[in-house]
Amino acid sequence: MYKKEFTDHLKSKRFWGIFALFLVVTAASLASAVSQLSLGNLTNSEFIFIKLFSTSGNNIYSFATFIAFLGPLIGITLGFDAINNERSQGTLIRLASQPIYRDSIINAKFSAGATAISFIVFSLGAFVSGTGLIMIGIPPSVEEVIRILVFLTISSVYICFWLALSIVFSVVCKHSATAALSSISIWIFLSLFMSLVAGGIASVIFPLDGIQGIINTMPNYELTMALNRVSPYFLFSEASSIILDPNVRSIGVITTAQADGAIAGYLTFAQSMVLILPHLIVMLATTVVGFAVAYVKFLKQEIRA
Amino acid sequence: MGNVIEIQDLTKKYGDITAVNKLNLTITQGEVFGLLGPNGAGKTTTTLMLLGLTEATSGKAFLDGKDCMHNSLEIKRIVGYLPDNVGFYNEMTGFENLCFTGYLNGLNKQTCKERADKYLKRVSMDYARDRNVGEYSRGMRQRLGIADVLMKEPKVIIMDEPTLGIDPEGVRELMDLIQELAVVDGRTILLSSHQLYQVQQICDRVGIFVEGNLVACGEIKELSKQLQNENVYMLDVAIQDMDESIYDKIAAMETVLSVTHKEDNIVRITSSEDIRSALTELVFKNQYKVLYLKQLGGDLEEIYRKYFEQEGHDENKTNSTKINTEKHKIFNKIKKA
Repeated sequence: MYKKEFTDHLKSKRFWGIFALFLVVTAASLASAVSQLSLGNLTNSEFIFIKLFSTSGNNIYSFATFIAFLGPLIGITLGFDAINNERSQGTLIRLASQPIYRDSIINAKFSAGATAISFIVFSLGAFVSGTGLIMIGIPPSVEEVIRILVFLTISSVYICFWLALSIVFSVVCKHSATAALSSISIWIFLSLFMSLVAGGIASVIFPLDGIQGIINTMPNYELTMALNRVSPYFLFSEASSIILDPNVRSIGVITTAQADGAIAGYLTFAQSMVLILPHLIVMLATTVVGFAVAYVKFLKQEIRA
Repeated sequence: MGNVIEIQDLTKKYGDITAVNKLNLTITQGEVFGLLGPNGAGKTTTTLMLLGLTEATSGKAFLDGKDCMHNSLEIKRIVGYLPDNVGFYNEMTGFENLCFTGYLNGLNKQTCKERADKYLKRVSMDYARDRNVGEYSRGMRQRLGIADVLMKEPKVIIMDEPTLGIDPEGVRELMDLIQELAVVDGRTILLSSHQLYQVQQICDRVGIFVEGNLVACGEIKELSKQLQNENVYMLDVAIQDMDESIYDKIAAMETVLSVTHKEDNIVRITSSEDIRSALTELVFKNQYKVLYLKQLGGDLEEIYRKYFEQEGHDENKTNSTKINTEKHKIFNKIKKA
């Protein structure tokens, strides 16, 4: 079952289409990152290789930003018609009448999608590393390699969340178009408008006007962050910026008192991991919850011809 | 010959609507059983419950001694189900689709391939073995569906409207195949349909469903006898150049209860005994010609309609299931002496 699903993905035009799209986007971001690096703008860093992933050019985003922004598209494309396509094709009832557990259908759908996603993410990562290596000629250190691998894993988890979400919609919605639109609207909302909404809500609860505003600055900021972190997009952006840049020492505010006396230096890999661990866990958790919802819905659904 | 299918007080409710109401049914091995009924009468729901795809509200069903509700995996191993609009993966060939079903049934590669070839041949689809299912016609899909059901070599085959959308020649072949599956292979077949004529041809027994209730069940002969036991014979007659005088003469016959105009020049005569010969004689004597004469209640359509009328449905609905009763029409041309 899983094997069939996976080969289905590999055979589909859709899969290769999105793969090609990402290859182009990645190439563009890589080119701009290399040109920025060669200008010497960032020479104060010891970690040059890893900058390939996080440096953005003048008009082109970095690889990490592209994954954060367009990554959901991969997940949605691979998942939005997982179940309802089977239903409309009439194959679902045929599958269901075979001596297999019903959950193995949805398990196969998800795991095949997840494999396809990791395949895309890691080959893009390999593409960036390989081409980058040739172009800048500086080999990565061991720590950089580990950071890159962790980053790619986080990206996969992040995209899997969107896969799980779109599978939920494919179970709930009868038509694949409705499912696709629902997933896309959530994607756009969480990516584009969540920060506006979060800022708005925070300002209503903790107004920043007048004298009170000065006192409210901290809670306002904290609430904004908390609300923003509902969105996996934001979580991923934070996590990727930390893992890809050892210079980033903290998420959230650092008061002058805290920064006073701090020695400028890089965070070790382990320290960066400590910072992003909650992010990673939350992303994993939302993915699992998303999949669980799809699973339960699917098992309770009545399959009719 | 044991009972393969046993259904006891099976009930399914959707909210306030009762889809299937206290169904009791037993079907023995090698039997072809036809489930009849209008759309929405509960036929599909019953089959889904047998497969364990839908949970029953109450009651029990056993297939080959296994509980359909709690042992659905075992059940699915021995039951092949052919839904009315069977679907396949369009981007795979017919052969691959069959093999996939084989894998899902836990067969190894070799067996899958052998069986797929064997059953493709059996439904005479081997010529399209390596073509994508997307290119198949409706009839080809249906035949592939039967091959697909046979892949697991089931004891029981459940078919939902198997003849839908197949041309007459295809239907004939399909009917032969179904009969062969029951008689030669000893498989039990439960098929639901509203193609009464075909059901009549191949089914050993039929059950008529109306609004979730099994209103009649038995052999077709038995059912028609049941109808005639009511001691009312119905006859449809068409007479050339029919006029008042012959009309009155028929009405004046001793055993005739009523004469009513039905359509065109056909009259329906109800009588307390079989008046066919007496009637033709009467018509002949008065120098009229009988164009058409048909005793009602003999075939499945009449049985079906009868039960349907009893349940208070209007006839218009049953007209949508008009069938070819050519065989039963008797055209008598009597030459003038």
